[in-house]
Amino acid sequence: MHLQVSEFHQFEAGGNPFLYLVPSGGIFAVDELSRKALAIAKEQPREAKELLDALVASGATVEDARDCIEELVGARALGPEGGWKEPIDEAPAKFPLQTLVINLTNQCNLSCQYCYEYGEDKVATPEGKAKFMELETAKQSVDFLFKESAGRNSVHITFFGGETLMNFPLLKQIVDYSQSEAKVKGVTIDYSLTTNATLLRQDIIEYLSTNAIGVTVSMDGPKEMNDQLRVFANGKGSYDIIVPKVKELLKHHTTRPIAARVTLTNGVRDVAKIFHHLKNEIGFHEVGFAPVTTSPTRLYAIDEKGLDDVLGQFEKLAYEYLEFALRGEHHGFSNVSDTLSELHQGISKSHPCGAGLGLLGVGPSGDISPCHRFVDSDEHKLGHVSEGMDSTKQQDFLKRGHVNAKYDCESCWARPVCAGGCYHEAFVRYGDTGHANLHYCDWIRGWTDLCLKIYGEIATHNPSFLNHFDQRKAS
Amino acid sequence: MRHLRAINKKARRIDDLLSTTEGDFVALQQNNAAQRPHYPMGCSIVFSPGWEVDSTGGTAGLCQPVERDLYDCYISCYWPAQVPDHLNNYPEWTSKCAAATKDWRNIDLVFP
Repeated sequence: MHLQVSEFHQFEAGGNPFLYLVPSGGIFAVDELSRKALAIAKEQPREAKELLDALVASGATVEDARDCIEELVGARALGPEGGWKEPIDEAPAKFPLQTLVINLTNQCNLSCQYCYEYGEDKVATPEGKAKFMELETAKQSVDFLFKESAGRNSVHITFFGGETLMNFPLLKQIVDYSQSEAKVKGVTIDYSLTTNATLLRQDIIEYLSTNAIGVTVSMDGPKEMNDQLRVFANGKGSYDIIVPKVKELLKHHTTRPIAARVTLTNGVRDVAKIFHHLKNEIGFHEVGFAPVTTSPTRLYAIDEKGLDDVLGQFEKLAYEYLEFALRGEHHGFSNVSDTLSELHQGISKSHPCGAGLGLLGVGPSGDISPCHRFVDSDEHKLGHVSEGMDSTKQQDFLKRGHVNAKYDCESCWARPVCAGGCYHEAFVRYGDTGHANLHYCDWIRGWTDLCLKIYGEIATHNPSFLNHFDQRKAS
Repeated sequence: MRHLRAINKKARRIDDLLSTTEGDFVALQQNNAAQRPHYPMGCSIVFSPGWEVDSTGGTAGLCQPVERDLYDCYISCYWPAQVPDHLNNYPEWTSKCAAATKDWRNIDLVFP
């Protein structure tokens, strides 16, 4: 029987060597002897005895060498030739719903060119469907959430659009209705919404704050960047309209942290400048970035070189996050805190996200979709709130999305956190939600490696900071 | 653990699990007093008649699933197993089977 190195990613942080184990997601600090054992086993598979002898020859005691090998095998850093092959459990057939994203309307008062709902790569087929959700459909959606989340004592409703606030009256009605139902059922509900901020008013801000509704503002940075693509139908930029409203929001909405969500495009990718503008000049609590989802031929698409450039900028900002973390301070670059949270838990994903599992989207017509990005798309419809889920379609979606169904992911060390990446991105690029997002592989590995190093640094120099991540984020 | 130090929550769970199951791996090992983790002595990584069962007569101690044998008969083994003719008549026989240990169920049935 030969032992060989199993799957893991080795990294150094704070001068110490670490292992990120795959697929378990465990992170271990390793001592010099373990490092030696792995280096020897890496050259070629060895008999356990041969490995032990080599370690003893290098100066270790027999007992130390044996314990070391046992620990490495126990943690599965070493394993039988051919690797540890154990089937990962399939997702359970019945999974209680946690989050419902309700699209109050599919209408929007902006005409952002890259919009995944209306832009050139849209998947939605809204023709002939309701443009604004009716109260009856909204109530059915809430009932659906309660029914499908049976067993949970807290659930989440996210309001989405179109532009969410174009149907603010319905938002209030949904909050009222769901609160009265929740009291009867003894369930707590947490609310949030995403908005372009153009329609914020004093009374709306007060309402959102009073009801502790979390707010994410879609905004792309300083004026010259935000106004490149976030424009009204007449081409006029939205920056001047939204900034005073956002400042009012930040001043008066005090019950929840307010986040900005930035879409990076070819012309808008000065990450540090955008971050510091939104965080320090405007005053957002945190800022998250995502490259635009698009087919590669669009003018605003970021090419491979551009993505490398973005990663380089993310790295700089991530090390700034580290400086803050080592001082025990909040920084606000949410891409880092999201990834650190996953690394801290050591999650190993069967699916890239909760879409179709713990999270579902509902369109204005009441059609159910895997998430808000597929709302109003006939092809991706998973049922209707009045009739319930089409479990055959749901199972098909989940089966194709399972990381084990993606051959390209099989040998990748970043699969515990990635699992193939966003379904919507995959559909836009490859026409299949179950396709791995191959155009992002190097990027994801680079980003995960960077965040592992940040994690290792924090674990070495200020481990108590990691307590922030003890509570697992739901959904 | 003395040589590995658990850092994140998953690593601590692995550590806990190992400390509670120490000495449980016995499959092919002799009944010696000190129970050490099991390093299987024989296996079915390649089809090798005589090694398809472990010392107890079962398959649990093998380091590859027995199903792996089926595939190896076809790919790499000298043993004249009855598998479909993949050169002329059934070239697609295993096209849906990228990793035998996981995908062996996808190997096509062939009715000559």
